[in-house]
Formats: sequence, structure tokens, C-alpha cells
Amino acid sequence: MTTTIDASPAAPALGEGPRAARRSIDGPALSGGLTAILGAIGLALGLSVIFGEPRQLRIGWLLPLVGVRLDLDPLGGVFVAATGAVAIAVGIYAVGYARREHWARFPLVTLPLFVAGMLLVPAAGSVTTFLLAWELMAATSLILVLSEHRRKEVRCAGVFYAVMTQLGFVFILIALVVLSAAGGGDAFTTIEANVDNLTQGPRNAIFLLTVLGFGSKAGLLPLHAWLPKAHPEAPSPVSALMSAAMVNMGIYGIIRIDLQLLAPGPHWWGLTLMIFGAVSAVFGVLQASVATDLKQLLAYSTTENMGLITLALGAATLLTSSGAPTVAAIALTAALLHLLSHAAFKTLGFLAAGSVLAATGLRDLDKLGGLARRMPVTTVMFGIAALGASGLPLGAGFVSEWLLLQSLIHAPHDSITLVALAMPLSVGAVALTTGLGIAAMVKAFGVGFLARPRSAAAEAAREAPKSMLAGMTLAAAACVVFAIAPVLLSPTLQRVLAVLPRVGGDSAGPQIETILRLPGVAGSISPGLLAAALVIAILLALALARWGRRHRPPVAVTPLWASGADSLSPRMQYTATSFAEPLQRVFDDILRPDTNVEVTHFAESQYLVERVSYRTLMADPVEQRFYTPVVQAVTSWAQLVRRAHTGSVHLYLAYGAAGLLIVLLVAR
Amino acid sequence: MSWIGKIGRVGRIVEPAPDAPEAAIVPPTGVTGSLQLRHVDCGSCNGCELEITSAFSPVYDAERFGARLVASPRHADALLATGVVTHNMRQPLLNTLKAIPEPRIVIAVGDCAVNGGVFTKGYGVVGTVGDVVPVDVEIPGCPPTPQQIITALRSVTGR
Amino acid sequence: MSALAVAAAALQVVGVLAGAPLVVGGMRQVRARLEGRAGGGIGQPWRDLRKQLRKQQITPRGTTVVFALAPAVVAGSSLLIAAIVPIIALGSPLDSVADLFGVVGLLFLGTVALTLAGIDTGTAFGGMGSSREITIAALVEPTILLAIFALSVPGQSANLAAIVSATANNPEQLVSPGSLLAFVALAIVIIAETGRLPVDNPSTHLELTMIHEAMVLEYAGPKLALVEWASSMRLTVLLALVANLFFPWGIAGADPSLLAVLIGLASIAVKVVVLAGLLAAGEVFIAKLRLFRVPELLAGSFLLALLAVTASYFLGTPTS
Repeated sequence: MTTTIDASPAAPALGEGPRAARRSIDGPALSGGLTAILGAIGLALGLSVIFGEPRQLRIGWLLPLVGVRLDLDPLGGVFVAATGAVAIAVGIYAVGYARREHWARFPLVTLPLFVAGMLLVPAAGSVTTFLLAWELMAATSLILVLSEHRRKEVRCAGVFYAVMTQLGFVFILIALVVLSAAGGGDAFTTIEANVDNLTQGPRNAIFLLTVLGFGSKAGLLPLHAWLPKAHPEAPSPVSALMSAAMVNMGIYGIIRIDLQLLAPGPHWWGLTLMIFGAVSAVFGVLQASVATDLKQLLAYSTTENMGLITLALGAATLLTSSGAPTVAAIALTAALLHLLSHAAFKTLGFLAAGSVLAATGLRDLDKLGGLARRMPVTTVMFGIAALGASGLPLGAGFVSEWLLLQSLIHAPHDSITLVALAMPLSVGAVALTTGLGIAAMVKAFGVGFLARPRSAAAEAAREAPKSMLAGMTLAAAACVVFAIAPVLLSPTLQRVLAVLPRVGGDSAGPQIETILRLPGVAGSISPGLLAAALVIAILLALALARWGRRHRPPVAVTPLWASGADSLSPRMQYTATSFAEPLQRVFDDILRPDTNVEVTHFAESQYLVERVSYRTLMADPVEQRFYTPVVQAVTSWAQLVRRAHTGSVHLYLAYGAAGLLIVLLVAR
Repeated sequence: MSWIGKIGRVGRIVEPAPDAPEAAIVPPTGVTGSLQLRHVDCGSCNGCELEITSAFSPVYDAERFGARLVASPRHADALLATGVVTHNMRQPLLNTLKAIPEPRIVIAVGDCAVNGGVFTKGYGVVGTVGDVVPVDVEIPGCPPTPQQIITALRSVTGR
Repeated sequence: MSALAVAAAALQVVGVLAGAPLVVGGMRQVRARLEGRAGGGIGQPWRDLRKQLRKQQITPRGTTVVFALAPAVVAGSSLLIAAIVPIIALGSPLDSVADLFGVVGLLFLGTVALTLAGIDTGTAFGGMGSSREITIAALVEPTILLAIFALSVPGQSANLAAIVSATANNPEQLVSPGSLLAFVALAIVIIAETGRLPVDNPSTHLELTMIHEAMVLEYAGPKLALVEWASSMRLTVLLALVANLFFPWGIAGADPSLLAVLIGLASIAVKVVVLAGLLAAGEVFIAKLRLFRVPELLAGSFLLALLAVTASYFLGTPTS
């Protein structure tokens, strides 16, 4: 759905204006600074665990009965480090953003708490700590999503998000409770020691529940619909944190439970992950390619990338269970690298989109344009993010996608039919995702930032303040490192792979140096040298274009060629809707847009048209065809249960006594 | 696939090239044998357009002398103007000429473009092409034959 | 890395630079002769290029640096592909830098640059051409990657030298179903990517039928020369790639002698001329497809590529 936000930065939002002027503490600077400091601590802690010894922390008195256990190993460390790095960039950015948007006290206080929750989840060493950290993360993120609660869309998105988060939490809760009951303890170390005692029945149940629950947090189909609603409506620094750090927690859960503890499992486990991943990737990118809301486009792109990561994890699991651990290690490396590079370019994308929103008040691509001259730094930043998201060479997402494709094409030939069928279809899905991703990012960058402004608000845009630019520059630097020098991440990836021996065996994974080489199979690429060679080739092309220079008349600046007309109005440019229209036609059956064309004729003549109005509404088909019937069924069930609520206190006491009796009988 | 047989039977239908004419002007940019033309119909009866189409058809084949019609004035060297200039087409003609990168020339085709032809006193007429833009080459005739058009083009391309 | 191997790679770049307009000229001549005309001669595109390089540079108002740099990016990516792909000799110094996936990525980088330039013009035709071009590029990518998958199965690698030498050492797998299907799929891909009939008509004047031309309507002079040159280089490089992937005989080895390099040059010239001539002759008999029938053609090629991979999995045995 396209929404236009008419937030005027001048008016103090949420009635905090006069009080803010009297307060001497600079709220945004404090909040942003604290977030950045927390991020730095997380990054340092994560790196120290990856390259040093695992850390532990026990606080017995903090929680009744079980206490708090924190166990940080390299797997948790890489997630803590990634979250920390994102938080540093977002924290610095939030200083300027919160000032411009006049954030109230509540969101300012909750932002560091949210980061703290996200840092605790990968560090949790017991089921209870994990679940509590998870809920802390969910509750704080909900508060932040509702920052602009005066708007109706934000409230709707908040309710949707709350319900789906809790639904996912229920799945995770059941899965982890079954795991700890069968594993004989609350701590992850106890469970790991006893995990071989688990029979296949509980294993399958835990696997399915964790995939659904953690998959919902990661934005995988079919429980993804909260993502494109909540991420656009949240303030942009929060969107960046949610899309680049919080969704990683879903992947962390899948890796921790399904790949580290329970792997490799039967073949259908890997296949399930691959199917969920492939469907999410294709659906997400398809919706992104026809989305006209800039932040919704980025949110659907998150679903797509999480789908690709899950596909890689599924391929690693399937390849391990069918006896090809070397190739599985390549797939696992691809998943981890894609996770990290996605964090980098998605942060940058949302921060740039937030800069545009703060400057113009617009998220609608159909009304943007011409920002390249008015906001040059933001344009370059979004360009780097879009290049990374599209998976092209010189982009941050290229190497991880290359690794994924290499792992899919190198599956051994004598493997089972399932693998022989799954791999080509996966390559097709990944390729379609890449192609549509290129289309989505070209649309976002081209229509949103190039050519001329399509509305007065876009014309009045001015560059963002320095703190916002500084935050974006940090994220951009990370993107450039991923694009040209992924060699810097090689030690990290190898150490994380060593902690996951059940998938990938003892294989060391790809050697990432200046030239990336694959172990055991033939394949190599060098992103840095490729970038250098491309720059040389472009300079060569520019030199060629100078041939014949002395015959040329001087350069001229002329109006556009308007096919003979006197001038072109900016409204004659292609909009995002028109740009995506051929793709929308091709995938009409899946997208099912609701199109309405209204033609108004002149009163005097039926043959002359006064105005044509075209309206297209793109709703999420999964939501329409899957959620709505489920919600209706639940509502009718609830109506039935209502009959038990008669209002008599005696009856309610009887219910309570009966319930207690049953619990006592069962526990006996 | 009967076309393959037809192509074999019909063979080469282009008429042999006559002798090269004298150069009327130096080719724009100095490179001989390359002239891209942007055609503008300023208000003609389409008779000249039919002859131009004939000139680029397989029978007369103007392309073998380096001339080619292009889709955008930005790609062109020469403006090929036909017809007398009407009120509505005056500004588009000027805009098209301004859009052509230097060095550029204007070729007026047909009596209407050169001296108004039969439409001189029309109420919708501004004047000849020469009244609106400077003309470098004129091709008189109502309409000029394809051979005359090609001879004039060859006098520009130098081939 | 012998000096001759580096020289061969440099010769590839120079050869593609010099030969690409000749290939396009040759294709136009083949069409002209089949239509009964005389045609402008093989050297006509070179004359046009030299002329365009001497014309005025124009900066349209309202465009940004993207519009100004896109022709160089397209040309640069085409030149880089010419240096990586084994055209004359196998042992290109850049062979370990990029494999077939990397080459496809570079190809799409050029497409994206030109598409952004089309949007940057701010005209309706520019946006229209870009929108159509990116739709076709998005739908062509699955076919390309699956065809690469099918080709990488015999040599167990997607590195180009490995694929070409595997085919050269085992000629009998050329007639395997996987190989044949992959060839047809790649042929359709090349037609779609380079904008030839039936996907796009390179010589049309009707803007509503344009795909590639519509994006470059605003370019003039030297930038237009670069764009046209880059288009012809892309076509030449892709034809040379297909020729060496499926008919690699004549290509010089990884450590060639001078004679081998010259033989390689001559053999690739012959192969490209033959393929280009066949393509041009085929165009005489085909009309352009309606734009919304093109996805059906691309879906058909995707199916062929999928069958190619499955066939090579189940029917072929890997060598090495």
C-alpha cells in the first residue's frame, strides 16, 4: 500500500515542544550516544570472543529459581558483533534524526534498551535467559514502532506486529520447553551434553516449531506479513535496527537450535529450510519490485535476503545429511557472509531512506526524484546500499551470492535424486531473486533520486545534518569492505564454522584472501582485483572517447529533447508504478493487484476525455488468502468460548478450582 | 521457408550507382561517407516523404552512400525538412534544429520547402524552411525523384 | 603467467575493440544482400563512429553524473569481459579473478548503468526504455545462471578456462542433450541481452517499439559513439564466448606460442563471422515479438536451461 506521510518537521510532535526547550539535557544526543556506546561494547565483546576465549556470566539472584546465565561462544559472538556494529552507526545517526523529528522521551529511553535486548539474545546461555531477552527485545521494539502513535497506520501496524511477535514467541516457547525437558536441563550446555538422547519425534517437533517461530522473526513466509507493515511505520533508525539486527536473531535461533544442536537430521529438514527460504526470497523480491513506498521496498528486500540466507542454511544441512560436508561448509559460509553484508547494506538503505523522509516528509517514490542535486551525499549512500542489495559485482552482496551459487552447483553427482532435483531449482530461484532484486533497486535509486523532482516537497529537500551523514558513512564503509575486501572477514568466518561441526564437518570453508578459492572444488573469484580491473577499463573507455577531440565544437548545455515540444513537465517522467508495470503484468497471477481506472468525459462531448484516474492497490496475497480466513476462524471460536463467560463469580471460582485440580493430577 | 528460394530467384534488385556528383558542401565533421538524417515534416502533402522512403528502399538504396535516417535529432548531423512550414510546426522545427549537435546542416527537400510550392498563400503557412532556419542544401522538385534526392545526399556525404 | 599469455589477453581487448564495429557492419551487409540491396559496406559503422567522435558534447539540463558516466561504465565492463573470457588463448591473467558468474555480473552491471542513464534523462521515452530493459534483464537472469550451471557440470567448475578445456578434451559431450539444450537457451539469452530480433529491433524509429534505443535517445556525439561501440562490443564478446564454449577448437592453450596465438586469432575471427552471419540471416525471416510475448519466450528458454541441467545431472558423467 502506498501511504504519504505529511509530517512537518517544524511542528513539535507529541506535545513535547515547550518542555523540551526548558530541559537542559540533550535527549537525542544522550540516547544516540548511549546506543552507540552499547554498540561499541557489543562489537568489542563479540570480537574478543571470536578471536579469544568464550566468556561466561552467572547472576544467580536476578531471576527466581534459575538465575541468569550468559554464555558467549564464537557463534553468539558474531551476532553480538554484527548487532553492535549496526548499533554504532544507528546511534550516531539517531542523534541528528531524533533532533529533527523531535522525539519524545519514551522512544529516546527505549532505543538503548532495545539494543541491549538484542545484544543479550545471542549471549543467552539458558532457555529462560533466552526467552526473557527475546521478550525484552520484542517489547522494546514494539514501543519504538509505536513512536508516532498519533497516526492510524502506525497503530494498525503496531497491533499487527504485537500479535505476530507473540504468536512466534509461542512457537519458540513450546519448542524450547520441549528441548529443555528432553535435554534434562535449562542451560544450553546441559542440553548439548544430553542431546543424543532425544528421539526423532521430539527432534522433528522442535525443528518445525523453531523454523516457524524463528522464521517469523526473520520475516520468512508465511508468517512474514508484519515486516512490511511494521518496518515502514517505525522511525528510520528503528527500522534500520529491526531490519539489520533484529531479524538476524531469527536466523541465530535457527542456527543455534537446528544446526548446532540438532543437526544434521533427516533429508527433509534441509529441504524444508530450502523451500521456506526460496519461497520467501522470490515472494519478497517480487513484492519489492512492485512496491512504491521506499521503506516498504526495503522491508520486502529484508524478507528476500533472509530467504536467501535460509536457503543457504538449508542447502548446508541437506548437503551434510547427504554426505558432502565440504560443499556444505561453502553454503554455510555463504549464509554467514550474506547475513553480515545484509546488515551493512540494509542499515545504510534505511538510514538513507530516513534522511529522505526527514528532508521531504515523503516515502512515496512516485512523488520523489531529483534528489541527486539537492542531497548528493544521501544519494551516494543510497546508491552504495542499492548496489549491495542487488548482488552485482562491486556490491556488498556479490561475494556471498557467488558462494551460495557455487555451493549449489558443486553438489556431488552421485548424490540422491532429491539433491539432484533441489539444486537446479534452487539455482533458478536464486537467479530469479537476483534479477528481480536488480529491478527493484534500479527502480528505488533511479526513480527516487535521479532526474527531476516530481513534487514540491522533493524540490524543497535539503541535505541531512552531519550526525546523520556520519552514521551513514560508517555503514557505507562497511559495505565497501564487504564489496572489495571480504578477506578481512575470513578469520571470523572460519572460527564460527569451527563451532558448527555437525554441519560442514571439519572443512575449513573457502579460503578468502585477495583471491577467494574454494576448497575441494574448483572455483575462484577476486572482488578487489575485479574492482580495480573495472576501474582501469572505465578509464580506458574514457580515454577512447577523447579520440577526435580537437575537431569538436565546445560543449553545450541544452534543454532535454522533448520530441519537439517546448518543455517537459516533471510529471511526464516515469514513476515507480509505471516503471514496475511490465513486471507487474508478468506476475499478475501471483500479485493480484486491485486496479481501478476512472475516465471522466467532458460534459459537452462523450468523445473528449477531461481526466483519467488510475489507482492500483497492492495488498499482500499471503495476508489476504491465508491470514484472513485464519483470523475469521479464530474470531468465531472466540465467540463460542464467550458463552462460558456468564458473569457469575461462583462459576469462575469453580473453573479455577477445576483447573488447579487438573494440574495437580497431571504433575503427579 | 519458401522465402529462401525467393531471395535466390530475385537476387540483387538495387539499381547500379550513377557517377558521383560534385561535392556541394564539405561533409559535417569532415568524415566522408557518414551522414545521419533526422526527418521533420513541417507541413507537407507527404509526396516528398514517399520519395524519400523510395530513396531508402532496396531499389535505390541510399544507405550504400553512407546516409541513414535516425530516430532522434541528437543522433543526427543533418535536418531533412520537407513541406512548407506551418504555424504549429514552426517551433518544433526550431527545437529539433537546436537539439542537433554541431556541426549540423539543413537540407530542404521539395518545392514547398524551398520556395513554398503550391501552398505559398495558405493561411496556415509561416513561410519556407529557409524563412525559419538557415538552409544549406536545397533539393527542388514536386516531388523530387529518388535519384535527385540521392544525388543531393551524395553531394554532402562525398561518397 | 608467460608474457605471451598476457599479450594474448591484450590482443583480445584490442581485437574486440577494433573488430566489434566490423561485426555489426558485416551483419548489416548480410541483411542488405539478402534483401536485395547493396548496403553501406562493412566499414560503415567505423565511419559513423569516427564521425560521432568529432561532434559536439551535449549535457542535457537536469541530468546528473550518472547520465554522463554510464557510457564509460558500459564500455568499460564490455572491455573487461573481453579481457577475462577466453577468446584467443586460455590462460588469461584475469581467469582466476572472475568466473562465468562474475562475467554475467559484469554484463548486468553494464545493463544497469545504461538503465539508470535512461531514467536520469527525465523523459518519458527514457523511462519507458529503462523499464522494459530491466524487465527483460530480470527475466533473462535465471536462464543465464542455469545455462552456466549446465556448462559447469562437465568441467566441475564455473571458471571459463576449465569449461573450455573440458569441452576441448571431450568433444563427444557436445552432442549430449544437456549441451544442446544449453546452447539453444544461451542463444535466446544472447538475442534478448543484446537487443536483436525478435526481442528488440535495433533499427526501428517507432519509439513505442523500442527497448534499447529508447534509453539512448538523449545521447549525442562522443557519448553516443561510446554507447554504440559498447553495444557492438557486447554482441561480439558474447558471440565469441558462445563460440568458444561450444566449439573451442583452434583456441590457444594456457602457455601459448606465437603461432598458437595467431591461429587462435584467426579461428575466433572465423567463428564469430559465421555466428554473426547466421544471426543476421535469421533476422531476415523473423518479425519482432510483441513486448508482452517476450516473457513467454524467456520462460521457454528458462525451461530449456532447466532441462539442460537435469539432463547433464542424470545422463552425463563428469570428466576430471
